[in-house]
Amino acid sequence: MNENGNVTTVLLCGVGGQGTILAADLLAQVALASGCDVKVSEIHGMAQRGGAVTTVVRFGDAVRSMVCDEGCADYVVAFELIEALRNLPFKAAGGTLIASDEVIEPMAVAAGKAALPPGLRQTLEAAGAFLVPADALAREAGNAKASNVALLGALSAFLGFPMEAWQQAIEGRVPPRTVEVNLKALEAGRSVIAAAEGR
Amino acid sequence: MELLSGNEAIAQGAWEAGVRIGAAYPGTPSTETLEALAAKPGVYAEWCTNEKVAVEVALGASAAGARVLACMKHVGVNVAADPLFTAAYTGVGGGMVVLAADDPGMHSSQDEQDSRYYAQAAHIPCLEPADSTEALRFARDAYALSEEFDVPFMLRSTVRISHTRTPVEPGSRVEAEARPYEKDPSKWVMMPAYARPRRLAQLERIERLRQWADECPYNVVEEGSAEVGVVCSGAAYQYVKEALPDASVLKLGAVWPLPEGLLRRFAGMVDALYVADEASSYLSDAVRACGIAVAEPPCGPLPAAGELTPGALRKAFGRPLPEAAPAAPDVPARPPALCAGCPHRVVFKELSRLRAIVTGDIGCYTLGALPPLAAMDTCVDMGASVSMAHGFELALGEGEGRPVVAVIGDSTFAHSGLSSLISTVYNQGTGTVCVLDNRTTAMTGRQGNPFNGVTLQQRPSRELDLEGILGALGIEDVRTVDPNDMTAVRAALKEATAARDRLSVLVFRSPCILLERKRETPFWVTASCTGCGVCATLGCPAISLDAATGCSRIDPEACVGCGQCAPYCRFGAIEHQGA
Repeated sequence: MNENGNVTTVLLCGVGGQGTILAADLLAQVALASGCDVKVSEIHGMAQRGGAVTTVVRFGDAVRSMVCDEGCADYVVAFELIEALRNLPFKAAGGTLIASDEVIEPMAVAAGKAALPPGLRQTLEAAGAFLVPADALAREAGNAKASNVALLGALSAFLGFPMEAWQQAIEGRVPPRTVEVNLKALEAGRSVIAAAEGR
Repeated sequence: MELLSGNEAIAQGAWEAGVRIGAAYPGTPSTETLEALAAKPGVYAEWCTNEKVAVEVALGASAAGARVLACMKHVGVNVAADPLFTAAYTGVGGGMVVLAADDPGMHSSQDEQDSRYYAQAAHIPCLEPADSTEALRFARDAYALSEEFDVPFMLRSTVRISHTRTPVEPGSRVEAEARPYEKDPSKWVMMPAYARPRRLAQLERIERLRQWADECPYNVVEEGSAEVGVVCSGAAYQYVKEALPDASVLKLGAVWPLPEGLLRRFAGMVDALYVADEASSYLSDAVRACGIAVAEPPCGPLPAAGELTPGALRKAFGRPLPEAAPAAPDVPARPPALCAGCPHRVVFKELSRLRAIVTGDIGCYTLGALPPLAAMDTCVDMGASVSMAHGFELALGEGEGRPVVAVIGDSTFAHSGLSSLISTVYNQGTGTVCVLDNRTTAMTGRQGNPFNGVTLQQRPSRELDLEGILGALGIEDVRTVDPNDMTAVRAALKEATAARDRLSVLVFRSPCILLERKRETPFWVTASCTGCGVCATLGCPAISLDAATGCSRIDPEACVGCGQCAPYCRFGAIEHQGA
């Protein structure tokens, strides 16, 4: 928790099209169902065309700001490692960084005009990041597209909300035929943190 | 409670007030408002060709007695300004609300305007919600107010209000009483003889609005410490409460006209009065114009450009900033890009090869400006590609220099490119206009438009015949080209730009890849790759150069199998899987 009393701030970041908005929506539904005030701030439009995107979810007794300043996110949930590094300054001191262990090369890198940040994983691990193989977990669960929910599962391990609330949110928000896959992905993400914490 | 975005809440409020007709042109961050309204029962809603048309449709329906909603982004208000200013003379029949959604920080816009200046200039009262609950309430209440004061009301939101979901308790719809139309030229025919008395009526209305603003329940004093008093509205109010929780706050819900009496009383309550403005000085200027001193924050001014944040307020007021990790050095930027498989990528690649002067336009195709395509010289506003190309041609004159090519999408062409093109034809202009027809309004989320014949509520329509229209304008050199075919694109551009003494139009027609999300088996790079890097200059998100080998790579997950890259490889190293 940061200086904003009992308000929790989660910053989700990734690349346009990765499903950050659905993940944020699920988290917000869980918080709302648990009686919290909630704000979810999204960016639509141009950045969604493969650009860097962030979504902020804040929940607690009374949420004011819908945006997150540097040093204010209790949780940074990164859907990609370069975005994790880019958004590291937003993490609060004592906050938690969860990142999908995946690199999507920005255009300049793909075209050989820029390099990947050297020691990317090491930098993030030094910052205490939990690296989650979200893509592999989602594939094991039955659909690579559920990697956003696998990552959300990792986040869920840190938040106090009951598992039923997550289940209900997923059942209410994803197409019926993908409910099972998403629930499996959620559980798998959650177990990664449980294993890491028990280490 | 439901989580609604500000846009959804505005639609809900308008619906609860009995709105019957909605009109808009899509534009971030306003788009979802009319989409949400269109999904509700008892409402007719349509996409118009542009924002001026939308306001006029709404005004006509209002004159006829219906409650109406017109929605647009801030730059759309520029387009709609003409009817808007005079609608503040005619007033309304049924209540009329205009949503102006501003984009401080320019997340998806070419500028950051403050639409409250329009409210002030046009004398249109303006409400500004600070969350979705207020968005619903203000939208709902604005209709009775619009009818009471006989003037359209503006709802001003910003991206953080429009695109933030907050808990809302939706209510039920109350059908509005019919306000039957009666012919009244002195109200609706704004020729000088009738407009002069309406101007006087407007001035009289402004006085009544000023009194209303002073007693308006949307303007609230939240008393805190007397040391710091902050006047604010909208998202800035939330940032003030976050960053300066002990301050006294005057939260404005009515932002034009300002409540002068209340402002004076508030100024008398606090030792120093500050104004939390965002990306404009509208509010501080307006408060000063009331004769009230506005203090500068103790540790420096708030940012004049870009979004306000709690952090910026903390800094300006000398409050402690949270500890933060420094920004990591050398994090490569990740700008947006044309999608893998965008059928119009090759056009930009070929324009780049041609070294043409390319006047661009608003929408996805603006992305053709970014490297490696870098195939754009200008982008200013909707429709400007066509008219600016004419300007370039006039100034450069006929000669052997670089050809001038305008590039515009189908929806943008319908919005205002068509009137630009008529002007070019009329003035015997030259050059080449490329209409990139992707069968949709892609950037804002694939809305219908006149050229795809899809309407907002799936009512039957007709596809406008683009080539037929061009022919009817008398443009002789019109060609339709498949933009996926590199050879055809290259030949068409070469021929069209070679004829320097006449106007030519190329229609590149192929649907947006996101419309049907069709995927073919991906292409791959064979061992024949020499690492020349030409394929990477297409700027396709699926293609990269392997840092270790220097050779190209195609990501099979990202590749949609469009095959645009294959003809660019002169070593034949890009092959279709299974071929």
